[in-house]
Amino acid sequence: MAENVNDKVPTVVADRVDIVYRVNGTGAGRGSATAALNRILRREQTERAAGVRRVHAVKKVSFVAYKGEAIGLIGTNGSGKSTLLKAVAGLLPVESGHIYTHGQPSLLGVNAALMNDLTGERNVFLGGLAMGMPREQIKERYQDIVDFSGINEKGDFITLPMRTYSSGMAARLRFSIAAAKDHDVLLIDEALATGDRSFQKRSEARIRELRRHAGTVFLVSHNNKSIRDTCERVLWLERGELRMDGPTEEVMKEYEAFTGDKKPAPKKPAPKPDATKTKTEDTKADTPQPDAPKVALPS
Amino acid sequence: MSQVLHTPPPTQAPADDDLAALAARHGLTVSGARPSLPEYVRQLWARRHFISAFATAKLTAQYSQAKLGQVWQVMTPLLNAAVYYFIFGVLLGTKHNVPDYVPFLVTGVFIWTFTQSSIMAGTRAISGNLGLVRALHFPRAALPISFALQQLQQLLFSMAALVVILLCFGVPVAASWLLALPALVLQFTFNAGVSMVMARMGAKTPDIAQLMPFVLRTWMYVSGVMWSIDKLAKKDDLPHVVTVLLELNPAAVYIDLMRFALIDSFHARSLPPHVWAVATGWALLAGIGGFIYFWKAEETYGRG
Repeated sequence: MAENVNDKVPTVVADRVDIVYRVNGTGAGRGSATAALNRILRREQTERAAGVRRVHAVKKVSFVAYKGEAIGLIGTNGSGKSTLLKAVAGLLPVESGHIYTHGQPSLLGVNAALMNDLTGERNVFLGGLAMGMPREQIKERYQDIVDFSGINEKGDFITLPMRTYSSGMAARLRFSIAAAKDHDVLLIDEALATGDRSFQKRSEARIRELRRHAGTVFLVSHNNKSIRDTCERVLWLERGELRMDGPTEEVMKEYEAFTGDKKPAPKKPAPKPDATKTKTEDTKADTPQPDAPKVALPS
Repeated sequence: MSQVLHTPPPTQAPADDDLAALAARHGLTVSGARPSLPEYVRQLWARRHFISAFATAKLTAQYSQAKLGQVWQVMTPLLNAAVYYFIFGVLLGTKHNVPDYVPFLVTGVFIWTFTQSSIMAGTRAISGNLGLVRALHFPRAALPISFALQQLQQLLFSMAALVVILLCFGVPVAASWLLALPALVLQFTFNAGVSMVMARMGAKTPDIAQLMPFVLRTWMYVSGVMWSIDKLAKKDDLPHVVTVLLELNPAAVYIDLMRFALIDSFHARSLPPHVWAVATGWALLAGIGGFIYFWKAEETYGRG
C-alpha cells in the first residue's frame, strides 16, 4: 500500500463543499391542511415564510483523498459525516463548492435492493446486479460471497427466504454482497458494527483487501477501535466543519479528549457533552462484545 | 502533520483553482452529474440484467406469502374478468350485438390492466423506492422500465389464461394470433414511456399517486374495454370529433389490435383507420419522449 500512497494519485477532491438540507412544512401549523394549501398557493414567497427550514449540514469542507488511503470520518452525532459521504457518492447535491471523484464512488450497502421474500441465493444475484456487476462475475464469486457471510455454517440457509434469517445473519449477507464488488472509491457507513466478533474480523480483513485492489475507503463509525484498526488517516467533523485532518492517532487523541474519553483503551462513542445519561451507560456496556447491528443513523 | 482547525478555517482552505486544477489534472469528474443521452442509454443497456432480474424478483415476491403462491398470477386476472363479465355482461347487458362477448371483454380487461398497472407502478417508481435510489448508483430509468417489464410478465400469465378462455368459447387458433406479438411490443413501449413521464412527475409531487386511480378509471371507461367503440362510432348521433378522439385513444388502439389478432369475429373493418400507424406513432412518441423527459431530471431523483 505504501507505494500507492507515494504515487499520490487523488481519487476524491472536495473543494469547499457546503451542503444544505431544506425541510418542508416546519412553519406554524406544520403539516396541517391549511398550511399545505398556503404553501401551494403562495409559491413565490421566501423560503422562511413558506415554512421551509434550512439545515446547514456541511460547511466549507475541503480535502483531498489519495489512492490507497483508508480514511475515517469521526464526529459526534449530527456533525454531518453521513451527509458528506452521500455527497461524495453523488447522491446529495452540494449547495456550493465541488466534489470531484475518480470513477463512481459507491456507498457500501445493497439493503434497499434486496427483497425479504426471496431466497438468499436470489438476493445475492439481485444485489450484485443492482451494484452493476456482470452476471458472470456474480456466478464466479457466488461461492465466496456465501462462504464469507457464513450463512451456511448452520445449515442450508441460503436457499431459504431472507425473512427467515435472524437480523445478524441478514446483516452479514448484506455486507458480503456489498463487499463482493471492487470499488474505485468505497464509502462505508457504520458497516463494521454488524455481526459477531469473528465476522467483524473478517469484515476488517475484507476492507483491507478492497483497499489494496481498489482505491480509497471512507469509513464512518462511532467505534473508535474499528477506525484505529482500519484507517491511517482521519477527518474529524464537528457541526459540519472540518475540525481536524491528520494521521489517525493524533486526531483520535484530540477527539477522545474532546468527547471526554480518558482511557487509551478502545472506546466507542462519542457522547455529546450535553446528552450524558444514556450515553454513559452505552460506554460502559460496550467494549468486548460488539453491539447488535447498528442502524446507520444519519449523523 | 495534523492541524487543529479553528472554525471557521479561513486560511486553511486551499484556493479554489488549486483543487479544481488538481482534480482536472488527474481526470476527476464532478460527482453525481447527469450523463449525456448516449452515455445514459449505454449505462441503461449495461444494467439490462438488473432490470429483468428486478422485475422477475418483484413478480415472484408478490405472492410468495400466499398459500397458493404463483397460482394467483393466473387466478387474479381470471377473477377480474369474471367480475367484469358479471357486471357488464349480465347485469348491464352491454354484450348485446357484440359477437363473442366473453373473449371480447376478457381481452379488453387484460390489455387495459397492463397499461393501467404499468402507469400506476411507474408513478411510484421513484417515490416508492427512495431507499434504493439513495443507496445505489444506476440509471434511474431502470426503475420505471423494470416495473413496466414486471407488468408485461404478469400479462403473459394472463395471456395464457386468455388462450384457454378463447379455446373454451370456440375461437379458432389462427395465423393472425402472431399479430399479438408486434401489438404487445408497441404497447409495452408506450407503457414504459408513459411510466417514465409519470415517474418524474410522481418523484416531484408524490400526491399524483393519489390522483391517478381516478384518472385511470375515467380513461378505462372511454377506452372501450367493456363496449365496442366501433358500434358506437357507427351510430350517426356522435359528433365526428368525438369519434376520432375515441379511435385515436392509445389504450383503445392497443385493445382493438389485440382483439383483431385473437378473435376471428372481430374483423378488420371494426378497426379504426390506419390503426398500425397510430399504434406505432403512440409507441414512438411516448417511448422516446418519455425517456428524454425522464433523463432531463436524472440528477434530481431521490434528493432533497
